[in-house]
This record gives sequence, C-alpha cells and structure tokens, in this order.
Amino acid sequence: MSLTFTATLAERGFDVAFELAPGETLAVLGPNGAGKSTLLTLLAGLLAPSMGRAELDGTVLFDVGADRRTLVEPRHRGVSLLAQEALLFPHLTALENVAFGPRSRGVDRTAARATALSWLDRVGAADLAGRRPGRLSGGQAQRVAIARALAADPSLLLLDEPLSALDVTVAPAIRTLLRDVLVDRSAIIVTHDPLDAFLLADSVLILDGGRVVESGATAVVLTRPVTSFGAHLAGLNLVTGLRTAEGFRSEEGWVLPLADTAPEGTSLALAVRPGRVTVSRSAVTAPGTACIAAEVDDVEHRGDLVRLHAGGMAADVAPSDVVALGIVPGSRMFLGFRHEDASIYPL
Amino acid sequence: MRLEAAPLDAARLPRWVVAVAVVGSLFVVLPVVAMALRVDWPDFVPLVTSESAAAALLLSLRTSLTATALCVLFGVPMALVLARTSFRGQRLLRSLVLLPLVLPPVVGGLALLYTFGRRGLLGSSLSALGIEIAFTTTAVVLSQAFVALPFLVLSLEGALRTVGTRYEAVGATLGAGRWTVLRRITLPLVLPALVSGAVLSFARALGEFGATLTFAGSLQGTTRTLPLEVYLQRETDPDAAVALSFILVLVAIAVVGVAHRVRPLGDLAPPRAPSREAARA
Repeated sequence: MSLTFTATLAERGFDVAFELAPGETLAVLGPNGAGKSTLLTLLAGLLAPSMGRAELDGTVLFDVGADRRTLVEPRHRGVSLLAQEALLFPHLTALENVAFGPRSRGVDRTAARATALSWLDRVGAADLAGRRPGRLSGGQAQRVAIARALAADPSLLLLDEPLSALDVTVAPAIRTLLRDVLVDRSAIIVTHDPLDAFLLADSVLILDGGRVVESGATAVVLTRPVTSFGAHLAGLNLVTGLRTAEGFRSEEGWVLPLADTAPEGTSLALAVRPGRVTVSRSAVTAPGTACIAAEVDDVEHRGDLVRLHAGGMAADVAPSDVVALGIVPGSRMFLGFRHEDASIYPL
Repeated sequence: MRLEAAPLDAARLPRWVVAVAVVGSLFVVLPVVAMALRVDWPDFVPLVTSESAAAALLLSLRTSLTATALCVLFGVPMALVLARTSFRGQRLLRSLVLLPLVLPPVVGGLALLYTFGRRGLLGSSLSALGIEIAFTTTAVVLSQAFVALPFLVLSLEGALRTVGTRYEAVGATLGAGRWTVLRRITLPLVLPALVSGAVLSFARALGEFGATLTFAGSLQGTTRTLPLEVYLQRETDPDAAVALSFILVLVAIAVVGVAHRVRPLGDLAPPRAPSREAARA
C-alpha cells in the first residue's frame, strides 16, 4: 500500500480508515460536514487526530495513541494540497509561485526556475510565468496552482474540490488537465461531483457523519450503490429488499422474479435509472415488467424533463406526459420498469 | 418618474449633520492655519537653523529613527506571537502591551525612571556595571520606543489576522520551513502594514514629550528633542517656537500621507470568488 490511514477526531465525531494503492486516485464524496476536508487536513498535517496512524510509502505521517504522539511537520510529509481556491502567493509571480516548492527543498535558484517553467508548460500556462496572481483569471490561477503543487514533487497529492470555485466554462479544461497529471500518481480528491469521481478516480470513499459508509472501485460503488447517499450521487433509484421464494421482495412489498439462486433471506439492493422508469394511470401487466402502485409525493423540473418522486422512487418523464396523465402531487400512479433495466445485487 | 437607488451621498444627509462635520473639521484645520499665519516666514530658515534648533532637530531625527528601528525589531516578533499563537493570559498580555497607548506619557517616563534609573529595578545593576541610562540620549530613545511600540504591534497584528494562515499552510505543505514561511510568505504579505506601522511609530516617537522630559531631562544636544525645544523657546523666543512647530506639522502631514498611501495592494486582499468574466481562462 502507498498510504494507510486510520484516524479518529473525537470532537468532530470523525472516525475513518482506508488504504490507497500506489499510483491510485481516490475520490472522497459525501454531504457537507461529512468529514471530507477533515480527512485532507489530517493528512496534510494542518490538524492533529485524537488517535490514529498514517503511513505514506513506509514513512509515518502521524502516530497518535494513549502512550505515543508522533506528528510529522507538514513540510516533511511529502504531501501537497490543492484547494478550491488557487491560493497563489499574491506577492510572487506565477513562476516564483511554482518555484517555491523546489526552492524550499533546497534546490538552487536556476534549477528551481527550470523545474517551475517545465511544470508551467505542462499545465499550459508557460506564457503566464511573469504574471502576478492578481492578473490571472480563476482558471489560469488554478492551472498555476496545479503546477505549484506538482513541482514540489509530492508523494501524495491532495485535492480539495479543485473545480468547484471555477466557472462552468473553465472546469472541463481543468478536469482534463487533472486527469492527465493524475495518471500513476497517488492522489486523493474531495469532490461533490460524481463526474469527477468517474473521470479522475480509481476508487471511491463515501463519508457521512464522519464515517465511511461506502467504499470500493468507482465503477462498482457508482453503479451498485448500497446507501441512499451513494444512490443519490450515482443518480440511481435504490430499493432495498430480501430474496424470497418468489424472487426480489421490496420492503414496500412488491415482487420481482429472479433467476439467480441466492439463498432466501439474503438482503438485496435493486438499482434502476429514473430515466428507465415509466409512469402510467393503469397497471401494466406485460411480462418482464415490474409495476408498482404509488402516490406522487413531489414533482420537480429538471431541464427538459420532469422528475417525479413516488413511493421512494424517482422517475423522469416528458413534460407533455405530465400534462397528459394529469400528474400532481397526491395523484395515484403506476411506476413500471423492465426487469433488464434493473440491477439486483447483494447488500 | 425614475426611482433608482442612488448612493448615499452628502446631499442625502440631514443638513445639520453636514454642518456639525464642517465645524469639527474647522476645529482641526484652523489651529494649523493659525500657526502657519503666525510663522515669521522671512526669518524661517535662520530660526530653524540656529544652533539650539539644529541640535534639537538632529537629535530628534536620530533618536526617533533609532526608536523606530527598535520598535520594528521587537514589535514584529511581538505581533507575530500575539496573532499566531494562543496561550493562557494572551488577552492580558495584549492589553499590557497596548498600555503605553493610553498611559499619560509622564507616567510612562516615571515608570522608565524606576526601571532604568540609577536606583531603579534594573538601573542599579546596570549602574554597578558602569552603565548609566537615565538623562542620556539612550533614555530619549527608550522613552520614544516605549510610547511608539504599541502603534507598530497593533497595526501589524491586525494585518496578520486579516491575511490569515491559509497562505502559510500552503507554504508548509510545499516543504517550506518555519523561517522560510515567515520570510517569504508572512512578512511580504503584511509588508504594507509593517511600513505604515513603522511610519506611525516614527511620528509618535518624534512627538514624544512627557516621558522624555521625565526620564531623560532636557539637556541641549543630548536629550533636548524638538518638542522640548519648542516648549522652552515658547517663553524666550516665540518666533523660533512657531517655526520649529511648523516643521513638526509638516512631518505630521507627510506621515499621514504615507500611512494613507501604503494600503494593501489590490491583489493582496483576501481572495474572493472570481467574477464570471475573470474566471474565463
């Protein structure tokens, strides 16, 4: 393992453990206040845990227990932090900002400038070398900040929502740049955007209330979520239920036949995209189709679609259907989806 | 009819508020004008270059600059400790450090006398070593530094708190040691506040009267600074007193100008969300 991490922070109710393989990128997702930033500040050394131990490439970052207290200073950790805001030193030029890391590690001025220039070139900001941060746009500043973080040659790169302060027109270009520089680099990216997780990360850690609620390979966690937050992130309907003699039996009581031979009583989850869920006034009894009677709780506009929530499920329908079917909160509807559109997996 | 929100300007204020403000401003400006009118301009240069005047002027500049240097030397670490650490009794310490700001200078001079005077707390030991401080030029510098120090500490501590620790944290994660962070990040960020704090300290040192008179006395060429000279000449040669006073007024105007001009540069302000235009890379 490149990184092993276990830490508790009593006063924030934080208790998280995970591992990171060398060269892998981990995305940390979770609602506000879940402890995502706490995790990064603990790793960067800007916060001390009440108990725990972390090792990066065999070197201890912190080791705090009842009878021991090792806290390596941030500068000796080999961990660079890239924050939401670029936080470029305002009194230094872009080049001097990027050269700051190598200079601080004792590289001489000429070599540090050469390193800085090559990193600026790598992030597509070589022409900005002589500019002060006050004269850089948000996207340009974030490019320089990426170069600065990488020029320090970190063993681990921490990214704290690096795209969220950027204009929507700039974010895709920076995301592409990150995808490029994160290849074969140990990194942890805190984000609230599942797209970042899909495009940048090999594995995902979902935190809630200071605890890990889901973790695993990105593709697995975001296609087979086991918590409602994970399902929300992945944009999926999650229905929990049990394996019974008839097949999958949801907690609400509807049944879906199953071909597999999982033992009866196994807890199962069913995931289906809201776009695959149809809504009708009368029950659909076609073979290979699930049909659930439910009362509409809420109707919301989503771009060119209308999302309605009923019986714990979401369904995306065309605005014209909403009018044709007379869907309003409180109306009774039948939700349907084809069996092959749902994936069912053990919890 | 167009109803639009105009910025609140003087025209929107009740007239009596403006009237009172004008009276207040005149109260500050008129005495300066009165003094300028009273200056004996044809003899101005001879008056301020007489032997005693020149001695006082040179002594004042020398001691005030030395006192300012002392303020920077000790004030910067003090401001850093107050702004960047937390310990028991820190609030009390801050209040005590700011004490010379509110203390009558004469009382400050007396306190210095009982510290560094011949029979003072430290003075008696220094005296045994053959070092006399009271009633020397050193005493002038100490008096000035004593009253001027809070200006530097106060202005620098405020700036350190405003800048925050985020840049320093970034510096540390980039591998910079504490000294490097201080030298290359913290101090450059608060440099404007350091300069204006030093200028204010210099002005306060230059104007120092009470503590100097009590602790250093009034010996021409040794401890008689410009304010003391003005006070003495007021009796014997009012024209010289006014001319010297006017020099102090000019210095004060210059200081206010500099302190106002040295503002944090626009790009040193705390970072804010980039505007939509600026965000387009």
